[in-house]
Amino acid sequence: MGDQVLRRRRVKIIMDKALPILLSIGVFIGVATVAALLIDVVLGGWHRLSPELVMNYPSARPTEAGMRSAILGTIYTVGLAAVICIPLSIATAFYLTEFSGTGRLPSILRYNIANLAGVPSIIFGVVGLGFLVYGLGLGRSIIAGAFTLAILTLPLVTVTCIEAIKTVPDDLRFGAYALGATKLQVARRILLPRALPMMLTGGILGVSRAIGEAAPILVISGLLFIREDPASLFDRFTVMPLQLFNWISRPQMAFRELASAGIIVLLLILLALNATAIILRHKLTKRLTE
Amino acid sequence: MERVEEMMKGVETSEESFLSSKEYVVYTKGLRVLYNSRVAISDITLGFRGKTITAIIGPSGCGKSTLLRCINRMNDLIPGARVEGKVYFNNEDIYADGVDPFFIRYRIGMVFQRPNPFPMSIFDNVAFGLRVNGIKLTKDELRQRVKEALVKAALWDEVKDRLDANGYALSGGQQQRLCIARSLAVEPEVLLLDEPTVSLDPVSTAKIEQLLRNIVEEYTIIIVTHNMQQAARVSDYTAVLMPDQDNIGRLIEYGSTGDIFTNPRDKRTEDYIRGKVG
Repeated sequence: MGDQVLRRRRVKIIMDKALPILLSIGVFIGVATVAALLIDVVLGGWHRLSPELVMNYPSARPTEAGMRSAILGTIYTVGLAAVICIPLSIATAFYLTEFSGTGRLPSILRYNIANLAGVPSIIFGVVGLGFLVYGLGLGRSIIAGAFTLAILTLPLVTVTCIEAIKTVPDDLRFGAYALGATKLQVARRILLPRALPMMLTGGILGVSRAIGEAAPILVISGLLFIREDPASLFDRFTVMPLQLFNWISRPQMAFRELASAGIIVLLLILLALNATAIILRHKLTKRLTE
Repeated sequence: MERVEEMMKGVETSEESFLSSKEYVVYTKGLRVLYNSRVAISDITLGFRGKTITAIIGPSGCGKSTLLRCINRMNDLIPGARVEGKVYFNNEDIYADGVDPFFIRYRIGMVFQRPNPFPMSIFDNVAFGLRVNGIKLTKDELRQRVKEALVKAALWDEVKDRLDANGYALSGGQQQRLCIARSLAVEPEVLLLDEPTVSLDPVSTAKIEQLLRNIVEEYTIIIVTHNMQQAARVSDYTAVLMPDQDNIGRLIEYGSTGDIFTNPRDKRTEDYIRGKVG
C-alpha cells in the first residue's frame, strides 16, 4: 500500500521535471523558426538597406527601385484605420459593458464580435470592395482601404477593450456609483483611466496586424505600380506587403534582395509600433499610482 | 419603536400611521430581493431612526449586504437582482417610477467591505463626489469641504501634508477612513457601511468605531457587521437577520442594542449572540 503511494509520487515527480523540458522544446521550435527566417532575411537584404529604398519610387531597374509609394500608402491607410478603429472600439466596448444592460441583444453582439475576430481578412476585403468601393462610391482609394482595415481590426481591438474594462475591479465601479456618479462619469473618470493603457496596447497591436495585411488591400486596390505621392485620400495606393509581394515574384535576384531589405523596413516599423505600445502602457499605468 | 415591534409581530398597522412617522429616515416594507429566481431576503419590514446607528447583524449569507444595497439602489447594478416591496427615504418610495437612482446614491452614501480608494490623489478621492454631482464650489470652498470630510473621518492629521499623494499609498485602515471621508464630503443624510472593518486590524477598527460615534449626531448610520462585539459597542439599535429553512434571509428581531444583547426575545438571537450558531 505505502509502496504504491510512493511509486505514484515518484512518477509525478518525474513528470514535474519532464514537463518543463517538453514545454521548452515547444518554445524552442517556435523561436528557432522565427530566428532562422529573420537571419535569412537580414543576411539577404541588409546590404540593400539605403535611403533610396525608402525615398525612391518603384522602378523596373532594381538599382533605382524603392518603396516610397508603398510606405506612404501603408502610413496613410493604417494611420487612418487606427484613428477610425481605436475610438470606435473603445466606444463599442463601453456600450457593451456599461451601458447596454444585460439584455439578449448585447450578449448576441458580444458573442458575434468575438466571432468576427476570426474571420479571414480576404472576406473583409470583399466586403470593402462591395460596400465601400462600389456601394458608397469611394472608389479604389486610400479612404476605402483605410475603412476596410478599420473594419478588419475592429473586432479584435473591441474584444481587447472589453477585456480591459473588465480588468477594472468592481470595487472601484461600485465606489463611484455609490457617490452618485452617473454611468458616463464612471466610464470617463474611473474605467477609462484604468483601462486606457491596455486599450491602447490592444489598439496598436491590432494596427500592427493591419500593416501586414496584403489580401484585403489586393482586393481593394489591386497590384499597382505607383510613381507619385498620393495627393488626396481619394487617390489610388499600394502598401508595403504588396510591394514586397511584387518584388519577390520577379525572377531577378536583385529584386529578391530588395524584398529582403523591404521586409527589414517593415519589421522595424512593427518593432517601433510595439515599443510605442509598451512605453505608452508603462507611462499611463505609472500615472495612476503616483 | 413600539410601532416597529408591532410590525415585527405581524400586527396590523395602518399604512397612514406608518407613513406619517417622522421618526424613521429610512424604512422598508415587505422587502423581498431575488437574484434571478433565488430569493435572498423576504418580508423585511424595518425602520431606521434618524441620527442613530443601527447595526444589522446575522450569520454569513443571511442577506445583510443585500438589505443594505436596497437602501441606496446599488442592487440595480447587480445583474439578475430584483427588488420587490418598498423602501422609503424621507417618506418617499425610492423604487417609484421617476426616481433617479443616482440622486438617491448622492443622498445615501456607502462604504464597502474592502477599502476601495480610486487610483488618484487623496484630495481628488475626497473631492470626487462633489465633482461628479456638479456641486459648484470655489477652490477654497472645495479645499474646505475636503478638509472637513477628512477631519470627520479622523484622517486629516495623518494626511494633511500629503493630499497630493495617491490614495493607494495609505495603509488599509487609512484607506478605509479615506473612503468614509469620500462619502461624507457630499454631506449625505444616510451613511451605509457594509462590514467596513472586516479587513482591518483592531486598532484601525477602533478608530473607525470611534469616528462613527463622533459623527452620528449629524448622520443616520446603518452598519452591517458579523462582529457581535462591534454591534454592541457601536450601535444604538440592532436588527438581527437569520436564514430560514429555505435559506431565505428574514428579520427575526429588532430592538435597542441593549435589549437585544441583554434580553433577546428570540431563541435564535440568543444562540447567535452567545456564539452557538453562525
